Amino acid sequence: MKLLVIEDDREAASFIEKGLKEAGHTVHLSADGHSGYILGETGDYDVMVVDRMLPHRDGLAVISQLRAKGIDTPALILSALGQVDDRITGLKAGGDDYLAKPYSFAELLARVEVLGRRRNAKVPLTVYETGGLKLDRLSNAVSRDGQELTLQPREFRLLEYLMARAGQVVTRTMLLEGVWDLHFDPQTNIIDVHISRLRSKIETGFATPILHTVRGRGYMIKA
Amino acid sequence: MVFSSTAVRFSLLFLLLFFVASFGLVLYVTSLSAQIIETQAKAAIDQQLNDLEQAYESAGIPGLIRFVDRESRQPGAHLYLIADPAGRILSGNVLEIEPGVLDRSGWVAKPFAYSRFSEENGEGYKAIAQVLKLPNGLTLLVGRDLSEPERFRDVVRQALTLALGFMTVGALLIWLLVGRRALKRIDGVSKESARIIGGDLSRRLPVGGSGDEFDRLALNLNGLLARIEALDKGVRDVSNNVAHDLKTPLTRLQARTENALGGKKTVQQLRAALQSNLKETHALIRTFNAILTISKLETGSTLANRQFMALNPVLTDVVELLEPAAEAQGVALQIVADTPVVLEINRELIAQALLNLIENALRHAGGNNHEISVEIQLNDKAMVSLSVSDKGIGIADNFKKAATERFVRLEASRSSTGTGLGLSLVKAIAEAHGGSLELVDNSPGLKAVIHLPKPQNL
Repeated sequence: MKLLVIEDDREAASFIEKGLKEAGHTVHLSADGHSGYILGETGDYDVMVVDRMLPHRDGLAVISQLRAKGIDTPALILSALGQVDDRITGLKAGGDDYLAKPYSFAELLARVEVLGRRRNAKVPLTVYETGGLKLDRLSNAVSRDGQELTLQPREFRLLEYLMARAGQVVTRTMLLEGVWDLHFDPQTNIIDVHISRLRSKIETGFATPILHTVRGRGYMIKA
Repeated sequence: MVFSSTAVRFSLLFLLLFFVASFGLVLYVTSLSAQIIETQAKAAIDQQLNDLEQAYESAGIPGLIRFVDRESRQPGAHLYLIADPAGRILSGNVLEIEPGVLDRSGWVAKPFAYSRFSEENGEGYKAIAQVLKLPNGLTLLVGRDLSEPERFRDVVRQALTLALGFMTVGALLIWLLVGRRALKRIDGVSKESARIIGGDLSRRLPVGGSGDEFDRLALNLNGLLARIEALDKGVRDVSNNVAHDLKTPLTRLQARTENALGGKKTVQQLRAALQSNLKETHALIRTFNAILTISKLETGSTLANRQFMALNPVLTDVVELLEPAAEAQGVALQIVADTPVVLEINRELIAQALLNLIENALRHAGGNNHEISVEIQLNDKAMVSLSVSDKGIGIADNFKKAATERFVRLEASRSSTGTGLGLSLVKAIAEAHGGSLELVDNSPGLKAVIHLPKPQNL
């Protein structure tokens, strides 16, 4: 993916750049709001990562001005302000996701990749299928290798969220946000317990694992 | 020095105005009364002259003289005088008269001095009079004594001066009683505030107890001071606790890093050190976020995002989120919420509060086969209570208040997990919603109740 990172802190920016490049992406850096806006306007990026507080032009202003120009590159906002209301302001300004500082790089990478993928798959599918595991969003049916599986409503939504991002790492925080609509740091192992319940339902009795734990990062559905 | 006080300046100004007004009043009253008396005297003289004219017309000079002679003997009579052209007094009741008075006819321009026959000593009196030149060269004077009215004027002046004196004394007394007293109390307030500014926030302004304006002001200012003191204490407690709760993990972090850097270490050892450092960092961030959220809630700036919504689904969501974790611990989560309740809440924060309470309950639920019950109760019209009860060890009464304060972990060891901010965050969330957090005995166990106000129009 081709990514634009607008971040004025050099060290943070170079960490992000290094990490994203290691993950196989092309990264352009910009250190202030003005040049960031120009890059965002001209380059064709898959995702942009925008720090909220920037010299010359505020990060939110950059995003809303790009949106006004009709540029809908998905934007991940980074902010030292982590409160609930700040998140909402960020999303209202046209941001697609919000990450409070200090964040872990794993979280950033997972979110950037999900945002980029979402852009490329515009039309939401009605049926997700990965390696024999099938989830039908219309009939709420889940099966693996043709064998019907019974899931609780929340387990269904958890699986749906994971399968929509099959092949991508999904962090615990993303799951809490996406499945429960709660935006705080899951302190204990509460998400892990849900995952292991789901895993036992979709893996017990089958030869191969399909719901993987990616150490230090999160979870992934992969055949 | 003394004049720098507003009360003294006002009192002096008041006294000055009072003097000017009273003095004017005295002048006005005395001059008015003198005028009235003079007018009356003149009218009487005119009348007398008429009578004399009649006497003259009917009997000529002799009749006139007889009339004057007769009238002069009456007690309290007018002044009568008939003089020859040389100015010698021929008849009447006047012994001596100021020279020059008889020179011109008509009203004598101003009061003049004279003395009467009847008086033993030659004490002078004042009078006004009209002078008539008779055809045969005689001069006739008819006048009226003014001593009486002047005495009256003196009496009035004296009375008024006396009254003025009394009023002055009164004004001074009032100033002493009211002004000085106010002055002293204001001085007391400013002295006390100087001490408070000096750093002793525990001091309070003096309250007299009479409930007057000064007391009300002092009470309000004392309320303000109490709030400031509480905030100040909060800040100090937090810095102390931050010092303790953040420094401890920071020290561990530093020690582990130093240890990893020193000496020969295998890659595995280095990885392990980094892993635990990362874990420590996460915990620090969590503590930090909790502190920020609490202070933001306490300053009341986060609740812009409140919406009317049903409370029950929020509760179900949180319970459902924690249910597997509870089950893994052998604890059953039970929801008791029959009536749907709609409140104006921030879902995120209420969910966070509930999550904290349930996690707390799980942490202290003790052994297996426990039950945690999450309830919504409508106890009266104004409040809704949202409670989490466990059957664990509970909190002793004398620790209940401390439990909701920041960084307080009741175990002496402080070794258990959690930031120590859980309950104080819940309290801050409840208060930001206009509610409160109450910890009651569930005997056995603890029941944490969030009281939330019901919107009035629903």
